[in-house]
Amino acid sequence: MFENIIRPETLEPIVRSVINIGIILINIAIIVGIALFHVAYATYFERKTIGHMQVRLGPIEVGPHGILQPIADGLKLLFKEDVIPQVADRTVFYIAPVIFFTAAMTSLAVIPFFEKFVIADINIGLLFLFAMSSLGAYGIVMSGWASNSKYAFLGGLRSAAQVLSYEIAMGLSLVGVMIMAGSLNLSEIVKAQQTYPLGLYLIPQILGFGVFLIAMFAETGRCPFDLPEAESELVAGYFVEYSGFRFALFFLGEYIGMFIMSSIAVVCFLGGWTVPQFILGIPLIGDILSKIPNIIWFLLKVYFFIFLYYWVRATVPRYRYDQLMAIGWKILIPVALANIVITGLIKLWVKGMI
Amino acid sequence: MEEISRNQPPSDIRIAPELHTREITLNMGPQHPATHGVLRLVLELDGETIVKCTPYVGYLHRGTEKLGENRTYLSALPLTDRLDYVSSMNNNIGYVVAVERLLGIEPPERAKFIRTMVAEMGRISNHLLWLGTHALDIGAITPFLYVFRERERIMDLFEELCGARLTVSYPRIGGVRNDVSQKFLDDLYAFTEEFPGRIDEYETLLTVNRIWLRRTKGVGVIPAEEAINWGLTGPVLRGSGVRYDIRKFAPYDAYDKVEFEIPIGYNGDVYDRYMVRIIEMGQANRIIRQCIEKLPKGPITIDSPFTLPPKGSLSRRDKERFNKDYYSRHFVLAKSGPKEAPQGEIYVATEVPKGELGFYFISDGTGRPYRMRIRAPSFVHASALPRLCEGGLVADVISNIGSIDIVLGECDR
Repeated sequence: MFENIIRPETLEPIVRSVINIGIILINIAIIVGIALFHVAYATYFERKTIGHMQVRLGPIEVGPHGILQPIADGLKLLFKEDVIPQVADRTVFYIAPVIFFTAAMTSLAVIPFFEKFVIADINIGLLFLFAMSSLGAYGIVMSGWASNSKYAFLGGLRSAAQVLSYEIAMGLSLVGVMIMAGSLNLSEIVKAQQTYPLGLYLIPQILGFGVFLIAMFAETGRCPFDLPEAESELVAGYFVEYSGFRFALFFLGEYIGMFIMSSIAVVCFLGGWTVPQFILGIPLIGDILSKIPNIIWFLLKVYFFIFLYYWVRATVPRYRYDQLMAIGWKILIPVALANIVITGLIKLWVKGMI
Repeated sequence: MEEISRNQPPSDIRIAPELHTREITLNMGPQHPATHGVLRLVLELDGETIVKCTPYVGYLHRGTEKLGENRTYLSALPLTDRLDYVSSMNNNIGYVVAVERLLGIEPPERAKFIRTMVAEMGRISNHLLWLGTHALDIGAITPFLYVFRERERIMDLFEELCGARLTVSYPRIGGVRNDVSQKFLDDLYAFTEEFPGRIDEYETLLTVNRIWLRRTKGVGVIPAEEAINWGLTGPVLRGSGVRYDIRKFAPYDAYDKVEFEIPIGYNGDVYDRYMVRIIEMGQANRIIRQCIEKLPKGPITIDSPFTLPPKGSLSRRDKERFNKDYYSRHFVLAKSGPKEAPQGEIYVATEVPKGELGFYFISDGTGRPYRMRIRAPSFVHASALPRLCEGGLVADVISNIGSIDIVLGECDR
């Protein structure tokens, strides 16, 4: 029995798998760390951006230029009393934020931050992301139901309808990318883009990109599609009864959701971690910029989209519920379907060429 | 009966007998971010559609009318600040104009111009706050902060003028409390030069914004005839296309000596009311400029038994006599009010930013009103909410509340 274990040829795979698990754990720790740090400072970034757009300063008191504000906010949420309404369905009330948060965090597993740095390099990466974002809707619906409050209930219902409708448009808008790349693996999609003009799917898939961009706002429930949490209508929507760290879980989930959506946009349309090719073409600057690590390029692109979220939020009012549905079903889905047909036809037509 | 038949499904749709739908009742307010204070709406919802909307008011009732009966005409003035606390200057002026009409006195020319000027400042300040909160309710967060930038300047100007920012109590029966300083006029003029550009800035964000148009066009439509029947006034009535403005049709203060136009809407929807108010701000700005340019010299209060003698520049010899006169008259006015107040009743309406603010007095000649009744535009407009909201969606309720521009302090009195 002992001999079996001590023998090197049996020992080695065990050690190897232990090391593998260790590496994965370290990767997970890094990504969770990045994600949480990101959320903390995404709120800071948001408040500063919108603050300056609104002729004010944003957080300024805690630390230099308010740089410690997110930490202070996090601590405040941790120490706040966790109020649970007496009439709430307790079990569901407990589970809902966890589901929402877990679904968002799990999505991070398949995002390729840079080459070979992805926790789970699975072949159904894109489908996995859709699955997780749909799963997040359960958290919202459950929280709306369990709170036993009419405002939360309406918010939950709105959110369910919205996420389901826009899920379809979003999924269809990415089918064009799948057709072109011939893969659902996110790393493969990034690599497949290199053969296209500028190294981006943005140009050939401009229709799909437009649909995705709009659906992305709706999917994360951000302005102008923030109906589930429309403050002036439904007070705060589905999380109106949540407080303390349970509320923070929803908050974290929402911001991670924004990160995920931005990452999908970057991976599928903007060439992921790669340096855009038109920059490489520029004589001197191209050389310098190509030295920048891939992870920086990836984050730069992601933060461009996150900035877009904030920019839009500071600019436009909110759509009404029926208008939101009309946009989803009457405009986005037909456009996405047309995009699929066009992409498919062109793919068949030029198959020999590529 | 109608109510019941409407709620039942049409007979050609077959629904399993054990499945029946019914409306949910949603209590919106009195503490709700979009009800502008303590308005309470009980909504009956069929999904997101409003089947029935019932406004409940009275959560901010302070008995202003009753309090007015126990005070002299002069000392009831600060109560009117608290009616519509967003545009207290206009309420003050509405009150003093009514009392002056009752007592049969006329303020001097300079006071009239100053009052017109500050009333229009109050109008701008009110419309700015309305614009900010209305846009915020519909989801545009940025105009809210832009308008407060300008509103702050008006508040500062009020502070410069009379020491108070919100509850000003600046006008007096027969004039105004104190004269305007040159610095105030200069600052105000600088503001009026800058302000039209600011209005353009708000309009860039909203007027042609596609989402804004979709949220406001065709929402809360009330045709002209119905608007008159509901007793709507002010920008809400003008939004429906009725050319009615008390400043033009029964001018008080110096409104007959300044030029301005009355914007009117066409469709009577939320968007038209928005446009009417936006244009009104520009017109108010125009009035302020004219008032500054035309401001005549002279006393700021009249010398009559109903008012305190004006504190002008007096010689040392006169001052002694003045002080004696001043304090004895002050004592009488503060103690019992004007002795010779005529008997009778009077209703005087003025155009405040929200609509027609009317004061109705029954005077029994004792120096205190026997009855003071306030016709508050917010109250009348709130009563029209069910008409505007029913059949719409939950989100339209918010647009409608914003577009009729109510302040519950005035509504509940």
